Amino acid sequence: MHREAGKTLLAQAVADGLLTGAILALGALGVSLSLQILRFANFSHAELLTWGAYIALTFTTFATAGTPIGPLSFGWQLLLAVVVAGAATGLVALAVDRLVFNQLRARHAHNLTMVFASFGVALILRNLVLLLWGPDAHYYSDELQIAVEVLPGIRLLPDQVFVLALTLVLVLALHLVLRLSRLGMAMRAMAESPALARVCGIETEKAIRWTWIASGMLAAAGGVFLGLTVQLRPDMGFNLLLAIFTAAILGGTGSLFGAVIGGLAVGLAENLSVLIIPSGYKAAVPFMLLMLVLYFRPQGLFGAADRAAT
Amino acid sequence: MMGIVAYLVFFAIVVLIFGVATLGLNLQWGTTGLFNAGVVGFYGVGGYTQAILTAPGRPELLGNLGLPWLVGIAGAMAASAIAAAIVGVATVRLRGDYLAIATFGIAVALQLVALNWERLTGGSLGLTSIPRPLASVFEEPLSYDLFYLCLMLAIAGTVYVALERIVRSPWGRVLKAVREDETAAVALGKDARRFRLQAFVLGSTVIGLAGALYVSFIGFVSPFDFVPIITFQIWTMLIVGGSGNNKGALLGVLIVWGLWTASGTLISKLVPAAFQTQGGAVQAILIGLVLVVTLLFKPRGLIGEEPVVSRHLG
Repeated sequence: MHREAGKTLLAQAVADGLLTGAILALGALGVSLSLQILRFANFSHAELLTWGAYIALTFTTFATAGTPIGPLSFGWQLLLAVVVAGAATGLVALAVDRLVFNQLRARHAHNLTMVFASFGVALILRNLVLLLWGPDAHYYSDELQIAVEVLPGIRLLPDQVFVLALTLVLVLALHLVLRLSRLGMAMRAMAESPALARVCGIETEKAIRWTWIASGMLAAAGGVFLGLTVQLRPDMGFNLLLAIFTAAILGGTGSLFGAVIGGLAVGLAENLSVLIIPSGYKAAVPFMLLMLVLYFRPQGLFGAADRAAT
Repeated sequence: MMGIVAYLVFFAIVVLIFGVATLGLNLQWGTTGLFNAGVVGFYGVGGYTQAILTAPGRPELLGNLGLPWLVGIAGAMAASAIAAAIVGVATVRLRGDYLAIATFGIAVALQLVALNWERLTGGSLGLTSIPRPLASVFEEPLSYDLFYLCLMLAIAGTVYVALERIVRSPWGRVLKAVREDETAAVALGKDARRFRLQAFVLGSTVIGLAGALYVSFIGFVSPFDFVPIITFQIWTMLIVGGSGNNKGALLGVLIVWGLWTASGTLISKLVPAAFQTQGGAVQAILIGLVLVVTLLFKPRGLIGEEPVVSRHLG
């Protein structure tokens, strides 16, 4: 009997870990894109998750409430809200680039100056959310969901299954855009060598703009999913920042699927850790993983060796 | 009148404590170009170590060893140095923003330790009645504060002079060379990684000293004394004043801390109690704007780094 309970606990931690991992993966993709193409660690990226989540919240309060789709807790308007929030957050990211990072690029600022500025931007974005939407927690829906048993012993909320599936779709879509479209090719060329890309006549500013838009959209999806499965708070994104960075570095910058695997690995490690260490330390697990990666495999699981070196 | 004097003394002490931390950061960022995104982590390690080593013993706590003040200061600096070495060894060989991420991470992890390891840190309640140096000698609170101000002037002055000499020494010149052109420095036989690690550990040690001085002045410590925004405040002080210039660093502390407390007082007077959280948000946005605008329009800060030319060329 005891062993059975342990097994169930383990299976549940795996399921929860995959869900957290999917959200982290959506954030890590944006961080990974910006490490490769914009060439700096963007500490304001996690705030885009928060913005996406809150924009979707505002949209759902204005849209007429639809009836919930099947077993899900939300109706069509939340699906629409993901799209609207994605577009709007893409614009927020673009605006931030115009106002701050583009200006610094034009002055040929050092990439660590960009990191500095991203911290300032993060502080401003986070506190703007607090000003606009207030400090209290929000929810998309008051519906209570009943967890369904998807596999023996593993219970998931229908919303969680939906989140996992949609994450996979989004990653696949990004992969196809990067592989098949001219824009994707331009972005990959930028990642290889900005100077060479410019010489080859690639519109580098356009590639940069779309990098911001894409990472903003993915972040917004991650933010809405986070809000859907937990709650909305002004610091919801900021609290994930370390885990998102760890996921991006663990996966290896330079590999999209690496970022996804990195996200899932961090999510699993966090949720499995509570089986052996006090849950208060759960949020420190990404840091331990990060140090392990930096000590033993700084290029990440799927990264090229030269990327991480100075 | 005495109220104002007492407040000014208090303000000056806090400025000098932040000044020491900013000087430490200036060695890392201003001189060596190392990005420390976890200033508050090292500041907190210093503060907590001071508390754990010097506070009077309590049966339910592992620490609270009741050791002398100077032992606490030395221990605080050593503990910050060790924390810096742990992240430094892994990251000095990697691209610069990895150090930023790792230091940000250690600050998050240390905050969790402070909150959760109740047997050592007292958890969210923190540790209290941390002894202040020579507290029994002074009867009046104001005369004690004046004494602490003199102590801080002596310590901050010593740190300032020491760092000025260090930066101008051959060792300091290598740090600048590594910052400006690592390849050239390596070609001249300098082990860039070792110099970066040394500068990072030394800078964090100074930041830890500032944390210990803060805690032994305030007399208590809790996780809420070491919130992430402190990292940000210390940076803004450095960038506004002028990174790479120790005088600029100190000037920046005065201006940014003055602006921060003035805006805080103003908001608490003007904003109704129910909206104080939003008032805090305005304050944070303000300091974020100060940083971004300085980076954009005055990247060298108010007093930037002095250009140095070899005396053999002059």
